[in-house]
Amino acid sequence: MFERDIYTIHSTYREDMHIKGFQFGKGEKSACIVGAARGNEIQQMYICSQLVKALRELENNGCISAGKQILVIPTINAYSVNISRRFFGVKEADINRSFPGNDYGEPADRLTNALLTEIRDYVYGIQFTSFYRPGEFVPHVRMMETGYQNTSLANLFGLPYVVVRKPVPIDTKTLNYNWQDEMTAAFSVYTNQNSQIDEKSAGQAVAAVLRFLKRMGLIRYESHSGFISHVLYEKDLSDVPADRAGIFRGKVHAGDDVRYGNELAEIIDPYDGSVRETILAPTDGIVFFAHTEALICEKDIAYRLIHRLHE
Amino acid sequence: MIETMISMELPAGEHLAIRRNRIQPAGAEKAMHRISLVSGIHGDELEGQYICYETARRVNEHPEYLQGIVDIYPALNPLGIDMASRTVPRLNMDMNRMFPGDASGDMMERITAAVVDSIIGSDICVDLHASDIFVREIPQVRLSEEFAEALLPYAKMTNVDMIWMNATATVHESTLAHSLNLLGVPTLVLEMGQGHNIHRSFGNQVVDGIFHIMSEMGIWSGPKPEVQEPAVSSDGEVEFIRSDVDGIFLPLIEHNHYVRKGDLIGEVVDPFAGTVKQQIRTERGGLLFTLRAYPVIYEGDLLARILTDR
Repeated sequence: MFERDIYTIHSTYREDMHIKGFQFGKGEKSACIVGAARGNEIQQMYICSQLVKALRELENNGCISAGKQILVIPTINAYSVNISRRFFGVKEADINRSFPGNDYGEPADRLTNALLTEIRDYVYGIQFTSFYRPGEFVPHVRMMETGYQNTSLANLFGLPYVVVRKPVPIDTKTLNYNWQDEMTAAFSVYTNQNSQIDEKSAGQAVAAVLRFLKRMGLIRYESHSGFISHVLYEKDLSDVPADRAGIFRGKVHAGDDVRYGNELAEIIDPYDGSVRETILAPTDGIVFFAHTEALICEKDIAYRLIHRLHE
Repeated sequence: MIETMISMELPAGEHLAIRRNRIQPAGAEKAMHRISLVSGIHGDELEGQYICYETARRVNEHPEYLQGIVDIYPALNPLGIDMASRTVPRLNMDMNRMFPGDASGDMMERITAAVVDSIIGSDICVDLHASDIFVREIPQVRLSEEFAEALLPYAKMTNVDMIWMNATATVHESTLAHSLNLLGVPTLVLEMGQGHNIHRSFGNQVVDGIFHIMSEMGIWSGPKPEVQEPAVSSDGEVEFIRSDVDGIFLPLIEHNHYVRKGDLIGEVVDPFAGTVKQQIRTERGGLLFTLRAYPVIYEGDLLARILTDR
């Protein structure tokens, strides 16, 4: 294993921030895994740390394929991690909305430019990231419909679902989009936690990446085959909004199989405890996303269901 | 008349409401031209609050001159303004990346869709922004290349100091101005001043421009303010001065002054060592229209912009 600095940011008032890369093997830039771009993506950073641990063991046992190089970058925003802020710096820049960046602009632009310059030649790019909407997802691989996406490859992670999403203008500033633009086969992997660590889904994510690396011939590793992924398009998910605001009492979780009319949640009046709304399932399906915050606003998405799919 | 365009329930006894003030001639029945002034998308940009106030005040002072509709929306992000937050609080997202919205979407999608829907039908819209809290700007119109030709005549009437034509980036497609321009409402984006501040002189300058536009459009029959001819520039004529080091920036020049090539406009210093880390000099002469206001800087932070002499 070779640890190196990919980019460094200097601050007058803090120690330097280093973007550290952990390199395994030597040769063709085969796979790059990127973790936390935001300061609350702790699970994402943890998954990468476990990947570093696993790959170090594999390398010590001679199991990194000859002529193949794997790079793991657990976080690209340690400054934000260390102060528990999601966004970077006093201008609160969203690093994952600052790509491709440039080498003459704002601090966030310089960071993303330096990172993309380093990682754009990798054949496969895997990013552990978080959605803008807080909540719990079923672990899945997400790809943007850019014309370059390859859902067959995404299946090889062995996660339950592959989700394809049509990019909107703001997506053109993400790592995934710009990585695909550089002809890297880029995948975003989501687990069910961000700011807390869930060992089970973290382990599932680590296993998924190792499974993928093995299937691409980058490592020698015996693993379970995982799931045959179900491919779905984000536009086909059924949204279940809250019609009222209040305290959210969810009764189902991501991954649960629900039937039409099942009680999914209650919304409670925070003053008198009465039930303002009972949210019922509008269709049979599997809960793909579940709102998990204590409060919910009118028309916030409480759940997203995979319509008429069963376990 | 102050009306609520959309109201969404929040958890604890409150609603997030978008309101506008519609001022129109009493008893009007014929079709009239309409101007919409919007502000407060970014909650830390307050210059537009004065412009909204002053416009309404002048109209109400002489209602006999009003021949059309003036719609004023001071607060498209009311929670943000209340909290001095650039983004929408709780979501931590830039509202000006959420347009045109979706009337059947989640809360913010519905709000942004309702805003667009209520502005459609206006003959012109002016989106009033300030700079953020980090830099100070002179009053300017920012035009994206895509709409520049159609909007330039209106931009020249706003009484701003400069018009800056930028290359269009894809991400701008999710702004309010882009959405409205695509939907047939000529929409100008005005920037001025500094976040968390109100500069009356800038505000009065722009309000004169607004009344000039209203006169041209037949919305106002009162005295038509004279407006200045603004400088018109594109990206290539603007020099960006960024810091090569981190530190504390101490300007040596006032904002909105002319500079010559090689002028020393500031220094970046180390507050621990008492040393100058970098002297900031201009590479070209011209009007210094942007100046850093927030002293703590990182490498790459914008310190100044100069509209260079041709």
